[in-house]
Amino acid sequence: MIQVNHLVKVFGEDRVVDDISFHVDSREFMTILGPSGCGKTTTLRMIGGFETPTQGDILFEGKSIIQVPPYERPVNTIFQRYALFTHLNIFENIAFGLRIKKTDENEIKRRVARMLELVNLTGFEKRAVSSLSGGQQQRIAIARALVNEPKVLLLDEPLGALDLKLRKEMQLELKYMQQDLGITFIYVTHDQEEALTMSNRIIVMNHGRIQQTGTPQDIYNEPANAFVADFIGESNLIPGVMKEDYWVEFAGRTFPCLDAGFSQNESVDVVIRPEDIDLVAPGEGLLHGVVDSALFKGVHYEMVVLVDGREWLVHSTDLAPEDSEVGLRITPDDIHIMKKSAAPVHEGAPFKEAGEAAVHA
Amino acid sequence: MSRWLQKSYLFLIFTFLYAPIAVLIVFSFNDSKSTSNWSGFSLRWYAELFQDDKILSALYYTLAIALISSLISTVMGTFAAFGLSQMRGRFKGFVLGVNNLPILNPDIVTGIALMSLFVFTGTRLGFMTMLMAHITFSTPYVILSVLPKFKQLSSEMLDAALDLGATPWYAFRKVILPEIMPGIITGFLMAFTLSIDDFVISFFTTGGGVSNLSIEIYSMARRGIKPEINALSTLMFLTVLLLLFVINRRSEKGAGVVLPKTDTLERM
Repeated sequence: MIQVNHLVKVFGEDRVVDDISFHVDSREFMTILGPSGCGKTTTLRMIGGFETPTQGDILFEGKSIIQVPPYERPVNTIFQRYALFTHLNIFENIAFGLRIKKTDENEIKRRVARMLELVNLTGFEKRAVSSLSGGQQQRIAIARALVNEPKVLLLDEPLGALDLKLRKEMQLELKYMQQDLGITFIYVTHDQEEALTMSNRIIVMNHGRIQQTGTPQDIYNEPANAFVADFIGESNLIPGVMKEDYWVEFAGRTFPCLDAGFSQNESVDVVIRPEDIDLVAPGEGLLHGVVDSALFKGVHYEMVVLVDGREWLVHSTDLAPEDSEVGLRITPDDIHIMKKSAAPVHEGAPFKEAGEAAVHA
Repeated sequence: MSRWLQKSYLFLIFTFLYAPIAVLIVFSFNDSKSTSNWSGFSLRWYAELFQDDKILSALYYTLAIALISSLISTVMGTFAAFGLSQMRGRFKGFVLGVNNLPILNPDIVTGIALMSLFVFTGTRLGFMTMLMAHITFSTPYVILSVLPKFKQLSSEMLDAALDLGATPWYAFRKVILPEIMPGIITGFLMAFTLSIDDFVISFFTTGGGVSNLSIEIYSMARRGIKPEINALSTLMFLTVLLLLFVINRRSEKGAGVVLPKTDTLERM
């Protein structure tokens, strides 16, 4: 549906978006995830037509749209701060796009009413924008975009300004809406949890480059590089050495693993998720250490275990009290091995291909 | 006790501020020519006012200049505010400072400076020079009242309009202009009020028999205080009071800047 080819955007000296390519399928929920300043919003704005690419092309259903002004593109956008028109009431806000298209008055009434029903704000027609809460304003912004029946909806951190509880509710609502209406969503966020919850696929960006593309499961379980591993959830990142296929050495021990194809004694980064580490009695497991701190986090305890001077983050529903000795057990499928990257953030290209391959597999 | 003190202090302040105006208003209804002895209620001075050709001509000039100068300065100020809102950093601060200077500058300096300029350029003093002077001193106020509206207007608002299918011209008419309109109207009212109650600058920049009401009152007063002056001053006071009331009501509703209020009061 949307194809982005070697897109580049330069502001002054800064390559904000640096040669990225991806495609979005029809009815897909695609999330562009990354820290602030990674180029994700700029990418979205280029698709929306608010920024002109320095290089590269954007195709919509096979046709280039970079020469098409924003008001003629078949996409609609939800902005970070809603951008509702404060001089118009709720009805006129939603009807804005329809009025431009000179839609019949009865048709406008019918479609606005249906949209208000969709976002659960029936009866709000005459209200002023300023009388609505943040969550309600966001729903109106969604209704205002969806009433135009866009083929693709672009969302720029639409839930960023809402409190946690409301954000969770809206995440579900957006997901249902997307599935019900069968609209393609391109969703920009810096919130990895939000991305994992809602998306069909995720593009992880950093410093203007794509770090990895894949399903939420791919991204979480098989991060392509240290940046992705660190950005998506918490993780233990340990330098290691591949002794031979299926054997990796780190923390002074050699562990069996599932990875092969590295050269002998190649330096690698090893990623182990805190919840994958099992706490066992001292003496069991390959590592053993002393609990440095233990925090109650609701569902689990978060413990820092010192093993030969290195801190290991462990999440477990069992509590090992501070200063107690524990063993750590790590099984082969908990170990994720990644090529060493001297400067992980700029090492985009090889991982990108790995990520794309994983997606198409 | 302290509450009582507070209240009486406030009463004293207001007496001090408004006693002269109260006396002026009361004696505008006095039946006799005296401005010190009360001899009964009458509207004769108001009636005479509207038969005096000089005063009617001054009223015409006052209104014509107020209307034209506030219209022109509103347009100029709005465009200037748009430009300022697009600026960044130190240069913006500099331009804002340049804008604020005429507001703080004593009227007498502004008046004499404008007069010198007109004389230097060989422009004959009259209606046009007074009009230009009024546009000059009103425009900064318009800028100050429209600028906050541009600040509130997020760039996302324009993007949103384009996104929903509006051409740039349609977006300007249907979104940008209505969003900043409250600031524009407040700016216009402010310029209008300032123009009506200006004396000093008008005095130095007019000529050829063109006088506005405040100049007319001044020249009448030089020939001796007549109750007619009281009546005219009362009417001007009420007009400016009404305009000020409207502006402040709008400011309270968030329709523009509140800042120049004090200065407007001082000018009265």
